[in-house]
Amino acid sequence: MLTEKEKHEILEEVKLYPYPAVACLDALKIVQKHRGWITDESVRDIAGLLALSTEQVDSVATFYSRIYRHEVGRHVILICDGITCMILGYESVYDRIFEILGIRFGETTLDKRFTLLPVSCLGDCDHAPAMMINNDLYNNLTVENIDKLLEKYV
Amino acid sequence: MEKPLTKHIRPDGSQLELKNYVRDGGYQILRKVLKEMAPAEVINEVKAANLLGRGGAGFPAGIKWSYIPADKVAEPSRYLVCNADEMEPGSFKDRLLLEQHPHQLIAGMIISAYAIKADKAYIFLRWAYKKSEIILMKAIAQAYEAGYLGKNILNSGYDLDLYVHTSAGRYICGEETGLLNSLEGKRAVPRDKPPYPAISGLFGKPTVVNNVETLSNIPHILENGAAWFKSISRTGEGGTKIYGVCGRVKNPGLWELPLGTPMREIIENYAGGMRDGYKIRGALPGGASTDFIIESQMDVTMDFASLVPLNSRLGTGTIIILDDKTCPVAFIHNLIKFFALESCGWCTPCREGLPWVEEILKSIEDGKGKESDLEILKFHTTYCGPGHTFCAHAPGAMEPLQSGLIYFRDDFMKHINDKHCPWRS
Repeated sequence: MLTEKEKHEILEEVKLYPYPAVACLDALKIVQKHRGWITDESVRDIAGLLALSTEQVDSVATFYSRIYRHEVGRHVILICDGITCMILGYESVYDRIFEILGIRFGETTLDKRFTLLPVSCLGDCDHAPAMMINNDLYNNLTVENIDKLLEKYV
Repeated sequence: MEKPLTKHIRPDGSQLELKNYVRDGGYQILRKVLKEMAPAEVINEVKAANLLGRGGAGFPAGIKWSYIPADKVAEPSRYLVCNADEMEPGSFKDRLLLEQHPHQLIAGMIISAYAIKADKAYIFLRWAYKKSEIILMKAIAQAYEAGYLGKNILNSGYDLDLYVHTSAGRYICGEETGLLNSLEGKRAVPRDKPPYPAISGLFGKPTVVNNVETLSNIPHILENGAAWFKSISRTGEGGTKIYGVCGRVKNPGLWELPLGTPMREIIENYAGGMRDGYKIRGALPGGASTDFIIESQMDVTMDFASLVPLNSRLGTGTIIILDDKTCPVAFIHNLIKFFALESCGWCTPCREGLPWVEEILKSIEDGKGKESDLEILKFHTTYCGPGHTFCAHAPGAMEPLQSGLIYFRDDFMKHINDKHCPWRS
């Protein structure tokens, strides 16, 4: 069930558009903002609210890389695997993060603190290598400065 | 050297505030445009300036605008969309204009929307630009408050609403018809063309999609005229360009320079040349979907026409450097992996061809490649190339591969013959 707050926020978006289906992606973003990820139930609920089929909503949900259809941890680490970050040594950064967290790409730590995902370019190529934790951008990463960055996220 | 786009930008990189922009003459041109010029006159001025689209394709903005039906009564709904998706690896130029000079973009969008008689405009923003989102939202609220947006702008009788849509990811959203589908809440699969967006765009209505840098140029063209715009470039195409350099240079970054500045000058004088111990081998002139050029070709002037004889493109004008300690096969593999992952999956050559190319490049990089693999790669540069796919995604992916196969053939062969990557111990 969508909460009243979620419904209200989605219907506010609907008002901006010529027809409700346009708010499909906004609705997914809103629910994810409140719950962290999109469950099958949320897909059905959004479909019901916007008078779409569940398949239509899921086709959108599964298309966009920043909509999560699997459970993610409290914090999502997105490490750039773009070309400039590769040139400037992302491999050693990856290895250090794998070592600290004990997980690989696509995995979540057992305590659900972190999910680790690769991401194709963060647009911070003049300060590569870069990564983003939740909405926070970190750049000029080195093996030495990673531990300290992660500490902030509990 | 004139730098219209960045002359107001603060040296510390902080956002230019509305009051400081207005004090320096910002938004003043709106009064003249909205009160004294007809929309067709605005289009004519931009056409005369020959402003070539700064998103990568270089299509003249004034011509794009002129395809919008002139009769507002027959076609009342029409839209202006700013493409701020900039998701090509190695491209980060629009970030500068979004984060540090949002009001210049807003002013450019108001004039452009007026020219095409649109009363709604959208900024489609790259998902990763979190800081830009906050800055844009604030700047738009300020513009409404100051009467530059909303109803009856500056008592001219012209109305415009401006919205920000932050993307949920996927590179294909940067393709203008994919972008429109995404704005409509759908999968960002590109549309068949024609009809072009100028006839049937957002919600099936006439729509113009322009890049951030393109729109940021508009206030200056209207303020100073087409002749001025044409006079400030080094070659004939007009205007300045935000150039960027990334890779193993001493000072990676972005600089506004006259369009047509030679690549070597940008790399040596602005990016500070290569870091100690590294030599330059080649470069992608304008992002991941442009063909390599090699060191001996770097006196080329960086404009839309000059790179064509070298079988490359200006693209976004953000140069990615290949140095002598980076494996060219790994470099190209990284790019193709990106394009394979970001394919929307709609057409078969792209959906199936790019992962195939990716696997072959990976096997060569891992020392498991065969000489016949090079033929398979070459085959794909044709069959994933122009004319064989639904949009420009796979052809773009093939650009660094096809030129890489020519310029770095010895490196490919060394991987195959030695059965390992020479850059890995």
